[in-house]
Amino acid sequence: MLNRLISNDLPRSRILAALLLALLVGLAFAPFLVPGVKALNVAAKVLIFVVLVASFDLLLGYTGIVSFAHTMFFGIGAYGVAIATTRLGATWEALAAGMVGALGVSLLLSLAIGLFSLRVRAIFFAMITLAVASAFMTLASQLSEITGGEDGLSFRLPQVLMPSHEFAEEPFLGVMLDGRLLSYYLLFVTALVLVLALLRIVNSPFGRVLQAIRENEFRAEAIGYRVVVYRTTSSVLSALFACMAGVMLAIWLRYNGPDTSLSFEIMMDVLLIVVIGGMGTIYGSALGAVLFLVAQSYLQDLLKLGSEAASGVPVLAALLSPDRWLLWLGVLFVLSVYYFPTGVVGRLRAGALR
Amino acid sequence: MNNLDWKPLALVPLLALAVLPLIGSTSIWVTLTVAGLAMGMIVFIIASGLTLVFGLMDVLNFGHGLFIALGAFVATSVLGAMGDWTNSDQWLMNLAAVFPAMLVAMGVAAAVGLAFERFIVRPVYGQHLKQILITMGGMIIGEELIKVIWGPQQIALPLPEAMRGSLYLGEAAVEKYRLLAVGVGAVVFALQLWVLSRTKIGLLIRAGVQDREMVESLGYRIRRLFVGVFVVGSALAGLGGVMWGLYQQNVVPQMGAQVNVLIFIVIIIGGLGSTGGALIGSLLVGLMANYTGFLAPKVALFSNIALMVAVLLWRPQGVYPVANR
Repeated sequence: MLNRLISNDLPRSRILAALLLALLVGLAFAPFLVPGVKALNVAAKVLIFVVLVASFDLLLGYTGIVSFAHTMFFGIGAYGVAIATTRLGATWEALAAGMVGALGVSLLLSLAIGLFSLRVRAIFFAMITLAVASAFMTLASQLSEITGGEDGLSFRLPQVLMPSHEFAEEPFLGVMLDGRLLSYYLLFVTALVLVLALLRIVNSPFGRVLQAIRENEFRAEAIGYRVVVYRTTSSVLSALFACMAGVMLAIWLRYNGPDTSLSFEIMMDVLLIVVIGGMGTIYGSALGAVLFLVAQSYLQDLLKLGSEAASGVPVLAALLSPDRWLLWLGVLFVLSVYYFPTGVVGRLRAGALR
Repeated sequence: MNNLDWKPLALVPLLALAVLPLIGSTSIWVTLTVAGLAMGMIVFIIASGLTLVFGLMDVLNFGHGLFIALGAFVATSVLGAMGDWTNSDQWLMNLAAVFPAMLVAMGVAAAVGLAFERFIVRPVYGQHLKQILITMGGMIIGEELIKVIWGPQQIALPLPEAMRGSLYLGEAAVEKYRLLAVGVGAVVFALQLWVLSRTKIGLLIRAGVQDREMVESLGYRIRRLFVGVFVVGSALAGLGGVMWGLYQQNVVPQMGAQVNVLIFIVIIIGGLGSTGGALIGSLLVGLMANYTGFLAPKVALFSNIALMVAVLLWRPQGVYPVANR
C-alpha cells in the first residue's frame, strides 16, 4: 500500500527514510508543534517550495534541461488567483476560476515555448525561457490596471479561509482553530497530493524515457522515442505543477506582486534547492526546501552577527552585510555544483550502498 | 565568402523600410533608425564574443552579462576621476577621457574573464547542464561583488560635454553619441572581420568553430586559442558595457542581466557561432527595440521575442547556421 503510494520509489537509505518521515510528521503537526505565526509561515513556505522545487526537478533533474521561466509559471498561478478573486469577489468559484485560468495559460505558454525552442536544440530552451520570463516580469509590473503593478494585489478569500474566521471559541491544544489553520491544512494536503503525483510521473515508463533522454539524447531518439515530444511534455507538466505551487502561495499570502512570485531571486533559490537536495530525486527537493528555508533565515542572522563583528574592517563588513546574502548563496551554489552534484539525497543513497 | 548569402543581409533594410509607413514622419524615422543602429552596434560588440566562445568550445556562458556591468562600473570610476576632461567642451579632451576609460574597462574585464574561464568555466567543459548552472552562479557572485565595491544603487554616467546634444540632418535630430557608437561598432566589426578572415589566428578560430576535433588533430592547441577568444570576448563585453552605460547615461548592477537577455536573442537569431549572424541579429534587435519603443512601448520587450520566433520559423538554426552542429 505504502509502496504503491510512493510509486515504488523507496528512499533507499535508512537515514533518508527517517528524515523524510520526520519531515512529514513535522509538517503535518507543525501548527501544534511550533506555535506562533512566524513558525507557521515558514512551514507553509516549505510546503509551497516543496511543490515548486519538485516540479522544477522534473525538468532539471529528470529531463536534463534548464528552464529559467519556472518562476513565471509560479507567478501565473499566483496572479490567476489574485486577479480572479479581486475581480469576481471572495468566493470558491472565483478561486477555482483563477486556478483553472492560470493552469490554462501555463499550459498554452509552456507548450508554445517547449515546441518552439526544444524543436531546434535543447540549449535554446535555457536562453529562450530566460528571455520570455524577463519580458513577462516587465509586463506584469507594467499592466498595473490588471496586475496591480509593482504594488501587487491584496485580496480576500472565501470566509472559512480567512484568519478572522473561528471554528471554535476555545483553543484546541493551545492552537486557535481558525481559517489560517484550515488554509495550512489545505496547503498540506495539496502539497502531499502533488508530490505523490510527481513521484508517480517520474517513476512511470514516461519518467524512465525522460531519464534516458537526459543520459543520452541521441540514443533515446535512435531507440524510437520522439525526444521533442517527451521533453515538451515534461516542460508542460512541470509548468502546471509550478502553477499549482503559485496558487498555493496566493492562498497562503492573500497577496501577490512581482517580487513575491516572479522575481529572479526565487528562481535562484529554486535552482539552489534542487542542487543541494539532489538533482533527479523528488525527495531531494523536499529535504532541500527545508534545509534551505531554515538556512536562509539563519544565514541572514549569521551575516548580521559577522558584519557587526567585522564593522571595523571596511571591505569585510561590506561582504558580510546581510544585504549581500545572495553573494554567499551564489558561492554555495557554485561549490555545490562542483563538489556536491548529487546533493544530500545522492550522498545518503551512496552512503547506504557502501 | 564567395557565395554570400544575401537574404539575411536584406532583412535589416527591409525591416527599416517596412516600419516607415507606420511611423509616418521621415524625420522621426531617421532619428529612430540611427538610434536603433547605434544600439545594434553596441549589442553586436557584446554579442560577438559570446557567439565565438560558444562556437569554438560549445560553452554557453550565462555569465557574459557580468563583464558588461563590470566594464560600465569601471568606466564610472575612471570618468569620475577625470572630471576636468569630461567637463571640457573640446572633442579631443573628451575623447582623451573616454578612450582610457574604455581601455581600462576592457583590461579589467579581460582580467576577470581570464579568472572566470579558469575557475568557473574550465572545470565543467563539455557538460552543458552544469555550464549553464555554474556560469549563472558566477554571474550572481559577480553582480553581488559589484554591489559590494560600487554599492547597490544606480550610478549616473553622464556623457562628456561635447558628445551631448544632437546634429540635424534636415529635420531629423540625431544624437552625436549615437553616431559615435555606430562608428566604434563599425571599427570593431571591421577589425574582427579582418582578424577572422585575414590572419592565421582567425583562420584557426573559424576552422575550430566548424570542426574542433579536426583542428586539434592537426596539432593546434584549441584550448589555448579558446582562452584567448574568451578573454577577448570578455574585453569586448567590457567595451560594450562602457558604451551601453554612456548610451543609457546611468549604470545599475543588474544591467548585465538585462542586456544578457538581448544578447541571447541576438545570438539565437544570428546562429550560434556566427559573427556575421550576430551583426545582423544585433541590428535587427536594435532597430526593433527602438521602433516598437516608439510605436507600442508596452510590447517592446515581446517584439524582440516575436522577431526571434519569426526568424527561427524561417531558419531554425539562425540566419547563418554554422556547419557541423
